[in-house]
Amino acid sequence: MATASIAAPAPAAGLDFDYYFKLFLKETRYEFLNRLRLRAYSLSVIGFPVMFYLIFGIANRHSEGFHFARYLLASYSCFGMIGAALFGLGAGIAFERAQGWLELKQASPMPRLAYLAAKTVSCMAFALIIVAVLVALAITVGGVHMTLRELIQLIAITLAGALPFASMGLLLALVLPASAAPGIINLIYLPMSFCSGLWMPIQALPHFLQRIAPLLPTYHYAQLALGIFGYAQPGSTLLHWDALIGFTCIMLGTAWLLFTRMNADA
Amino acid sequence: MLATLDEPTPVYSILRSPAVARLHSVTKRYGAITALDTLNLAINAGEVLALLGPNGAGKTTAIRLLLGLISPTAGSVRVMGRDPRDSATRTRIGAMLQVTRVPETLRVREHIDLFRSYYPHPMSVAEIVRLARLEGLEDRFFGKLSGGQKQRVLFGLAICGNPDLVFLDEPTVGLDIESRRALWAQVRELAARGKAVLLTTHYLEEADALAHRVIVIDKGKILAEGTPAQIKTRVTGRRIRCVTDCDHSWLRALPGVADVQPDRDAVVITATAPEAVLREMFLHDATVSDLEVSTAALEDAFLALTQAQA
Repeated sequence: MATASIAAPAPAAGLDFDYYFKLFLKETRYEFLNRLRLRAYSLSVIGFPVMFYLIFGIANRHSEGFHFARYLLASYSCFGMIGAALFGLGAGIAFERAQGWLELKQASPMPRLAYLAAKTVSCMAFALIIVAVLVALAITVGGVHMTLRELIQLIAITLAGALPFASMGLLLALVLPASAAPGIINLIYLPMSFCSGLWMPIQALPHFLQRIAPLLPTYHYAQLALGIFGYAQPGSTLLHWDALIGFTCIMLGTAWLLFTRMNADA
Repeated sequence: MLATLDEPTPVYSILRSPAVARLHSVTKRYGAITALDTLNLAINAGEVLALLGPNGAGKTTAIRLLLGLISPTAGSVRVMGRDPRDSATRTRIGAMLQVTRVPETLRVREHIDLFRSYYPHPMSVAEIVRLARLEGLEDRFFGKLSGGQKQRVLFGLAICGNPDLVFLDEPTVGLDIESRRALWAQVRELAARGKAVLLTTHYLEEADALAHRVIVIDKGKILAEGTPAQIKTRVTGRRIRCVTDCDHSWLRALPGVADVQPDRDAVVITATAPEAVLREMFLHDATVSDLEVSTAALEDAFLALTQAQA
């Protein structure tokens, strides 16, 4: 029997917490560094929410008694997090898969979870940068006053969006061909954000859009962030949390099913 | 394992040493296509084994099975006596695969630092840089490297974990002659350190230059197996070109004839012993003309071997 043919020294000894922790830190650090240097990613992921905020939020910060700069600070923070996650995981993994790089990593002892977690944390870092820039703009030129408590809540809620939309990115990476991934992700990301009231206040949208918005995960995410500044639609915040958790489970579950199916076929 | 031997390890002792990885009557199908057909293959500790075959022969499939990236349709795969998917197994192997692009905005030093962190007992950075010949390239971005330099980085990543077994999937494909020779020297250095190496290639010359043992596969089956010298006696023949009335199937049936191909009005016969073939032909056909006998190119002979079984 092949099993008896070689006495393997127990290599499990080195695989302790310290090993996993260091591995995860390095994976995250280099993922972030790689993304930051990848201008196509870093410039668009940070640039678009900031640019839209300047155009829609700062340019008409107060009109018809509505504080746009305040509302849109919350919604573009969400918009930034969603973009970072969808492109970071969706397009990122799709490319690494197509180029054989993911396979090389899979052949190494790198745990799959470290790979996914590193990508998610890296997206959160981008979201933090986006929130920081938006808050700075809001306070300096947007005429927005916010308490420290509101700031902390905004950061916390924004980062909470990492998991649902990273899960969605993962699923997209599994179904989209790499060459089409960025385009298709934009086709999902931009309309979905618009319909959820991320680009402009949801009250300004046509009624039928307002009616379908609650079907979108981005809507529930935005409602949580808008709640910090008192712009949420009437209703329980618990419903929004439930919606996001349910959405995450569906995305991860489907991704898992697809992944195991692909492995079985491979 | 073999590190106690002071002398260069002779082939016979390598053949007796235990297998570090094994495919046991493995069949792999993709839909209607059979990539590997009840294939048996063992890599022994400290040996360089070359898997030689044309494109689509099943070489990469064999490597992907041994890396646990895919699972066999039938049969079993064992690496270090375990399932190749175990992370404990993976800490002891390294792989250089056919990667079209690596994250290009990381520096060579950063790629090595990251891959080293995957292994509990990695090789030192200085050692990796030396073995993979990356001196002076450490601070370069991957995207700024030449093709040969990129292959050297991938080679470096394969040895980050100080593995006992290294898989090299077509390591020199697309490289110029100089880079190819340099990579050969690196593989030899790995072998000299007692690492087992499984190398796939479609260059007979490469297998000959590097391997202790060669397995020729085509269409998922083993055609020939042995030392490079043994394979060469099987595949290197000489080439007879002449105009003759002899029937091709009759020629093919002559002893030592590996291949018979029409070439305009002449025929090209590849044979191990052309003298014997010619003697028979002269007896059979008095009109043989335009006779040339030449040494078959290695690649031609290899082609003959794979085609003869088709």
